[in-house]
Amino acid sequence: MFNLFFSDNPVVIVFVVILGLLIVATIISYILRKKNSEHDYTELKQRINSWWVMVAMFAFALLSGVTASIIFFGFISFLALKEYFSIIPTRKVDRRVLFWAYLSIPLQFYWASIGWYGMFIIFIPVYMLLFIPFRLVLLGETKHFLRAAGSIHWGLMITVFSISHLAFLTILPATEANANTTSFSGPGLILFTVLLTQLNDVAQYLWGKSLGKRAIVPHISPNKTWEGFLGGVFTTALLGTLVAPFLTPLEAWYGFLAGAIIGIAGFIGDITVSALKRELDIKDTSAMIPGHGGILDRLDSLTFTAPLFFHFVRYTAF
Amino acid sequence: MKLINHTLRLLFFIVIVRPLVKIIIGLNYRNLPSLPKSGPGIIVANHNSHLDTMVLISLLPIRLLSQVQPVAAADYFLSNPIKAWFAKSIIGILPISREKSCQSDPLADCRSALNDGKILIFFPEGSRGEPEKLTEFKFGIAKLASQCPEVPVYPIYMHGLGKALPKGKFVLVPFFCDIAFHPPLLFGGERRDFQNALVKTFEQLKDKVKAPSWD
Repeated sequence: MFNLFFSDNPVVIVFVVILGLLIVATIISYILRKKNSEHDYTELKQRINSWWVMVAMFAFALLSGVTASIIFFGFISFLALKEYFSIIPTRKVDRRVLFWAYLSIPLQFYWASIGWYGMFIIFIPVYMLLFIPFRLVLLGETKHFLRAAGSIHWGLMITVFSISHLAFLTILPATEANANTTSFSGPGLILFTVLLTQLNDVAQYLWGKSLGKRAIVPHISPNKTWEGFLGGVFTTALLGTLVAPFLTPLEAWYGFLAGAIIGIAGFIGDITVSALKRELDIKDTSAMIPGHGGILDRLDSLTFTAPLFFHFVRYTAF
Repeated sequence: MKLINHTLRLLFFIVIVRPLVKIIIGLNYRNLPSLPKSGPGIIVANHNSHLDTMVLISLLPIRLLSQVQPVAAADYFLSNPIKAWFAKSIIGILPISREKSCQSDPLADCRSALNDGKILIFFPEGSRGEPEKLTEFKFGIAKLASQCPEVPVYPIYMHGLGKALPKGKFVLVPFFCDIAFHPPLLFGGERRDFQNALVKTFEQLKDKVKAPSWD
């Protein structure tokens, strides 16, 4: 970790590349602000500043070892669940059920930390699915019962179950395929998922901005186009092909598939959170990350890509 | 003793209150903050929870801590010695009497605190009431503003704390706290006008915070 620029750890090398990209972005934004001072670049500046903070926290967590990574993702889940509960309609009587929902976070990440896959994979989909309505029944309030049961569990699935897959990735060992470059597969796999998911967002945006004509989901996200979607998926698949052999135990061909999965799933995650925001009639899920909005605005794609990539890589490489 | 209490107050806010407010609860600014940079000043806010005071104090830089005094009901907070010590020395409240029959002027202490350059936190609803419902403002704030017309009044609207820790509940359930600010109001010469302006400001601020239903 300390030999930052002479490391042969692929994760460190990729972080150095990201650092380079951030420096370039910061310089470009600085030049833009200098050149046309009448245009307001506040949001661009905030956005890039927030990227610095997010990348720094992510890099620190990932390079500080397994426990730090798991606690980091558990905390991210907590913030996301809190944001979700803050924007959806809830009932006064639900307070204590929401409290139990929060308590599922440390348990879920504990299962990941001890590598108890069986419990990890059914705890929220089965046990919490059964426990929440039971606890709601004890409250004795039937008005909006279905809404409460459905929305609390859906939130847990999206913000805790999905994100915890990143935590489970941390404990995956090296395989025969990548044993010569790294002793753990985890950090590389996480970096691969998060990096490709975020770059896919950027790629879809850029393709849509430059070529976009045909709206793909006009009622949910009017700015999303077929051109942006396909261009993004293709770009991400290509990136996956290049990066996978370096960061993961996957071969190039599987990297292409993984990139395509991340591209498609990232898009669906994005518009799913958009649909939620549209129903609630809000623009951002909160104002926590300056220039980006809320944590769910940033995690939207990841809630879909994390579990799908996890199962893809678990099936093909382990 | 004063030094000990002062240190305890500082520690309480740095070690417990700030992490609780900023990490467990989380603040969601709905517009640019407008806060006093020094005393004297009056912060006026809606009241839903014991957390209101904690959040408002955490909005200010820690160097202003010794100047901040939440105005609170004497009958409630001074009901037993331990509670009174905690309220007065750690939270730093300025107790006032809620009883109408009281002979002395309940606002006299507020005036002298403002003269000393303090920043007062004022809840014109009088009590926490039902969570996340704005009740009618009492007239005390207009009275105080008229008596100290040069002191700026900062309206702050908060949403979410009544869900996190409503009246009568002891378990904190994390929810984001939405906050909307407004540039300071100054007393214009008529109490009734000031009161109306304040009420109108809070209605505007309430619309800025898009609160989901809580029934």
